[in-house]
Amino acid sequence: MNAKPRLNIGAVRSSFAPWADPSAKPLVRFDQVTKRFGGETAVDAVSLDIYEGEFFALLGPSGCGKSTLMRMLAGFETPDLGRITLGGEDLAGRPPHLRPVNMMFQSYALFPHLTVAQNIAFGLRQQKKPKDEIAARVDEMLALVRLEGLAHRKPDQLSGGQKQRVALARAIAPKPRMLLLDEPLGALDRKLREETQFELMALQQRLGMTFLIVTHDQEEAMITADRIAVMRAGQLAQIGRPAEVYEAPNSRYVADFIGDVNLFEARVTEDDGDIIRLVSPEAPEGLEAIEDDEIAIGSTAWLAVRPEKMRVHLDPPPPGPNRLEGTVADIGYLGDWTTYLVELPGGRTIRAARANASRVVDRPVDWDDKVWLTFAPDSAVVLTR
Amino acid sequence: MSVTGAPRPHRPWKGLGRPRGQPSSEARAAYAPFLWLAVFFLVPFLLVAKLSLSDVVLAIPPYAPRLDWSRGLGGVIAFVRALDFEAYARMGQDGLYLAAYLSSLKFAAVATVILLLVGYPLAYGMTRCRPSVRQALLMAVILPFWTSFLIRVYAWIAILKPAGLLNMALAQIGLPPVDILNTDTAVYIGLVYAYLPFMVLPLYAVLERQEAGLLEAAADLGCTPFQSFWRVTFPLSLPGVAAGALLCFIPMVGEFVIPDLLGGSGTLMLGKTIWTEFFSNRDWPAASAVAIVLLATLVIPILLFQRQQTKMMEQR
Repeated sequence: MNAKPRLNIGAVRSSFAPWADPSAKPLVRFDQVTKRFGGETAVDAVSLDIYEGEFFALLGPSGCGKSTLMRMLAGFETPDLGRITLGGEDLAGRPPHLRPVNMMFQSYALFPHLTVAQNIAFGLRQQKKPKDEIAARVDEMLALVRLEGLAHRKPDQLSGGQKQRVALARAIAPKPRMLLLDEPLGALDRKLREETQFELMALQQRLGMTFLIVTHDQEEAMITADRIAVMRAGQLAQIGRPAEVYEAPNSRYVADFIGDVNLFEARVTEDDGDIIRLVSPEAPEGLEAIEDDEIAIGSTAWLAVRPEKMRVHLDPPPPGPNRLEGTVADIGYLGDWTTYLVELPGGRTIRAARANASRVVDRPVDWDDKVWLTFAPDSAVVLTR
Repeated sequence: MSVTGAPRPHRPWKGLGRPRGQPSSEARAAYAPFLWLAVFFLVPFLLVAKLSLSDVVLAIPPYAPRLDWSRGLGGVIAFVRALDFEAYARMGQDGLYLAAYLSSLKFAAVATVILLLVGYPLAYGMTRCRPSVRQALLMAVILPFWTSFLIRVYAWIAILKPAGLLNMALAQIGLPPVDILNTDTAVYIGLVYAYLPFMVLPLYAVLERQEAGLLEAAADLGCTPFQSFWRVTFPLSLPGVAAGALLCFIPMVGEFVIPDLLGGSGTLMLGKTIWTEFFSNRDWPAASAVAIVLLATLVIPILLFQRQQTKMMEQR
């Protein structure tokens, strides 16, 4: 990237950024790791560093290789090429039971013949800890996940949310160097999932443990993680803080996978250093975006605009770039948000979203209304791939 | 339904169900198995129980009293008065019966242990195979059922007899012949062979149902494959162990064909004792008494088995 000061991206400031420190040593390093199943390449030459204390998310659609990558770290799969190091130590040839990482399984995989307390003590007993120490640690874990009263229940007497907590406590109890979470909240209902996301984050901060989460749910990754690696077909598409991945995606794939996006295929006509101007048949009045990176004049690029950054006008705003005209084809009212699908004269449908910040609206937008959409130049991202 | 003068409030859902007090056809169908049990289990059992309370006489059939319906109620009273526990008393006095009992239990218990030792690795190995191979192995376990049980036991005679296949094979590799047929060893071989599917199938069922993720979780928490087996796989398979053990033990105690064909004259098993009493000694009451006591002893393991089955069904 260039040396110019970058724009302030996103609404979060965080001083925790070991990945930006060139002297920091990663806890886990994936180095050109490749894994094939039959003829399929599940993970394709992935290199990735995860730092001590980080909450790292592997995000991608099912089959993108994110779970395989995690399972290779846990030792359940062996890389075909490349190496994985933990604390500088090569993990090659080390069976799962000798790796200082613990996994929380998607199915929870609680031992049905053991009680909650025995499940949590399982890893500790394996470490041959003294009895009283195990009992103390189990109590500590039960308090941590707020299951004090359920120590003697069997897993089939627990609700889904309680099972999830037991699985979490069981994985944390042996104090692993790193906790691996494989779609940990996939089986919970929406409300509980949201609560648990924040709990997980608080837990990770309290323990100071390194967490690696695998998920296909972008919201889960965005809420919990310090950094997200977006994966596509076995490769890393982008790594960055949630705000970076959302507000400054590096490709159409990432822009489209994380959140909703309107993409305009356009040709670059002018670049004056800060502002790039583009022409597109879909935007007769031209397009403008603020972009630090230089893009060749005359090349094809895609302008990405998030729906919530589109403003909807019932009266025509002054003509100029970044102005689109169309009719309302559909309205999705979500309570907190309303999504408008606006059809442009060419037949293209654009998404615009508006926060319902007040209960009473002077002029609500109706189906088939003629509307104008505008967006600020710094709301648009120019993508070249 | 009673008829009252007042109009009833309109409740359209009323009357959709069946009228109260009359069992539905489903409920009636649920009695069918009980009818089956009553006709084919309870009635024969009562007949045997009645026989065991009778006395031996030299006649056809060889027991008394016989119920004389022509004398009406008096006949029934006379019949019941004539019943006694003499056959059971004789059983207590004759040490042979007790010996046959203990010997039967010993045979069944030892064979059950051997079956577990053979059947568990077999079932475990099957679940570790690829699904296609698994199906083939499962078929191989079930396949012998397609042949007559008697023929399969006779086949063992052909294998074990002094000039049989086993001794021919031993001679081929230069080992001295063994004389197994008509010994207790032959009975054990026969029992283990015949009951192996009854041990393997329930074990296979519990082992196959086990979630693969549990072993990964165990490994993740520091278990070697062997420790994973002892701490997870084996305890979780205990219902199958219990089911298989009881499923084999119960019928083996009363087994007749195998000790009769493969065992020697010294092989003492209750099945043989009952047969001898019935057909050689023509002592039907004694044979019936032995059968009833055998059943009574087996009630406990049968109840255990039932409870185990219910538990397994609930876990599904």
